[in-house]
Amino acid sequence: MRTATQPPAPRRTIDIVNASLKRRYARERRFRFMGAAAVALGLLFVAILFADITLKGYTAFQQTYIEVPVYFDPATIDPAGSRDPQALAAADYLAVVKASMRRLFPDVTERSQLRELYALVSAGAPQQLQSMALRHPGVIGTTRDVWLIAAGDVDMLVKGHLDRALPEADRRIKDSSILLLDRLAADGRIEKRFNTGFFTNGTSREPELAGIAGALAGTFYTLVLTLLFSFPLGVGAALYLQEFAPKNRWTDLIEVNINNLAAVPSIVFGLLGLAVFINFFGVPRSTPLVGALVLGLMTLPVIIIASRAALQSVPPSIREAALGVGASPLQTQFHHVLPLAMPGIMTGAIIGMARALGESAPLLMIGMIAFIVDVPQGFTDSATVLPVQIYLWADSPERGFVERTSAAILVLLGFLVLMNLAAVLLRRRFERRW
Amino acid sequence: MHKTSLGAVLAVSAATVCAPALARDTINIVGSSTVFPFSTAVAENFGRGGFKTPKVESTGTGGGIKLFCSGSGVDTPDIANASRALKASEFDACEANGVKGITEVKIGFDGIVLAQSKSSKGFDLTLKDIFLALAKDVPNDKGDLVPNPNKTWKDVNPALPDTKIEVLGPPPTSGTRDAFAELALEGGCNSFPALKDLKKSDEKKHKAVCQAVREDGAYIEAGENDNLIVQKLVANPKAVGVFGYSFLEQNAEKIHGAKVNGVAPDYDSIAKATYPISRALYFYVKNAHVGTIPGIKEYVAEFTADKAWGPEGYLADKGLIALPDADRKSSAANAKALTPMAKPAH
Repeated sequence: MRTATQPPAPRRTIDIVNASLKRRYARERRFRFMGAAAVALGLLFVAILFADITLKGYTAFQQTYIEVPVYFDPATIDPAGSRDPQALAAADYLAVVKASMRRLFPDVTERSQLRELYALVSAGAPQQLQSMALRHPGVIGTTRDVWLIAAGDVDMLVKGHLDRALPEADRRIKDSSILLLDRLAADGRIEKRFNTGFFTNGTSREPELAGIAGALAGTFYTLVLTLLFSFPLGVGAALYLQEFAPKNRWTDLIEVNINNLAAVPSIVFGLLGLAVFINFFGVPRSTPLVGALVLGLMTLPVIIIASRAALQSVPPSIREAALGVGASPLQTQFHHVLPLAMPGIMTGAIIGMARALGESAPLLMIGMIAFIVDVPQGFTDSATVLPVQIYLWADSPERGFVERTSAAILVLLGFLVLMNLAAVLLRRRFERRW
Repeated sequence: MHKTSLGAVLAVSAATVCAPALARDTINIVGSSTVFPFSTAVAENFGRGGFKTPKVESTGTGGGIKLFCSGSGVDTPDIANASRALKASEFDACEANGVKGITEVKIGFDGIVLAQSKSSKGFDLTLKDIFLALAKDVPNDKGDLVPNPNKTWKDVNPALPDTKIEVLGPPPTSGTRDAFAELALEGGCNSFPALKDLKKSDEKKHKAVCQAVREDGAYIEAGENDNLIVQKLVANPKAVGVFGYSFLEQNAEKIHGAKVNGVAPDYDSIAKATYPISRALYFYVKNAHVGTIPGIKEYVAEFTADKAWGPEGYLADKGLIALPDADRKSSAANAKALTPMAKPAH
């Protein structure tokens, strides 16, 4: 206790520190809490995104099938009895499907009812029978139980995406069709199975037949070429700029430009691709080749920047030591600097490729947003890529495409996770700290 | 670096150009996103018949015709889909680029619906209501054009509910938007005699007044994805969405279409043209490519067969409204003969 007569005791530094200590600790705790909350919020949104897509999409990995006893009528399939593959391929399998469905429900005779009955199986069912007959001509003349692909609306109903409690007028599928389906279900003729078609088919306008094989193949060809175009060029450019080029106004200008290019919206590269590659050089539209040229240009700055950073992190002592024992500058770079920088360069390249994998905007301009059923067989076949397929399916009116879209997103996310994981692993495994 | 990399890339591309440009065995189709679902369905069925499945690009009508008309070489598209008829200016551009002999095939109708969530009471609109709700400028009591003052549907027509005008529709780049402006807005516009007379005196001004959509937030551009509009309608029962009939048909349990001039949008009313907002859809064939590119004739035959575009055909399942029987017959005969079209009037 001080009195007014005594001079005030000098405030010591430790008192000031002690007085503010509590406040400073509180501030520290607040900051940590906010940081953790930011991370948690981010993770929450990612979790919601994943959960939403997974919940919507997982059903697409299953497909409803209907078991139908099919009589491979020789009179329809092979009237000449020649078993000639060409004749077998051209036969009217739709008639076989229809006859089999009629035999399953002999009581259905009215025309509109028959139409509903035929509509229970997919438009792809005749293809199933065709490939069976072609592969094993022995089935002709016999009756086999075949699991035919169910139509899209039937699939939606079985999976519970269509509500049968709604009034009939509000439903895509009629009461009478549901009655037929219930009879089939009671006989154990309806089953959900793993949807192999989703991974082996090209796209289709019928959701139950649509698959991602075409988009996957297109993505594969495009990315292979993108890597071939951008990786050697990018690493070469980085090596020259970082190690050989004189530091002057020109190289500064180039550096600014590269950094700018990395931030240019991707659609601009698409426009460039349209003007230069397609209109000027006549590269065929919609092909992985032109797609890869555009995506390669887009990825180039990313690879250059990452490679330069990786080269920069190699200590000068390595270069000096190599030069000291008589290596030429070129040998120094290729025997010593580049191998040491490679993990960093690879990481940059993988991240650049992951970006190219998820890109669809530049492909709009060069005709890769297209309906292409046949799975591409090479670099100059028409093709689409996964993000484009997702975009096209998301825009389709048929209900079955909702789950297909989410399933395709899951596949794309899977690839992205794999690639980023590879980048992290590479870094972990090979990166050297100096 | 720029020079080296670009030069190298160009060299690579130049080396690969020559081989693939020579021959092509798939049909190239470009054009309207409205015709896209029908065109792709035909393409797929056609592909099952032994030919390679045609490649169908969704570029929009204008972009597609531009590509189609860019020349007659095999690197240009063979068929252009359109959600409106070819314009005279486009026809001229085609001729100028050496594209002579184009066959026009009218394939059916598409209705444009104004839909709402099922949880709301259905609307009964007139074209005049639509114009008053969505036009940029509307005539006031004295007949002068003023910026659209209407905030609620009740302001437009006392018989309508007292809810905010909130319409989700396609952006200006879309053919659906063009057709909506032309059929619905201009139709409503012409119900004002003064504005109707304007068409004779100043056609340009008439178009500018009658087809301008308001930009004060009542009309919300919801992008080209109609599925997204459907989802937004379900979430917001007060909003109205504008899109093609096929999306209404596929989502019948979630949304219902507003009656326009007392007619509900359904298959029959659009086919009989009693529903006022419907338009014809077309595709155009480059006659010079028939014979060069295999399968064009067969593709056209597949499209114009009754099992595809008939009232019972598979395109009807996708939402295409079939032409009347007589029109279908003459259109199919025309398509089969590949009769070149004459220059359109405008």
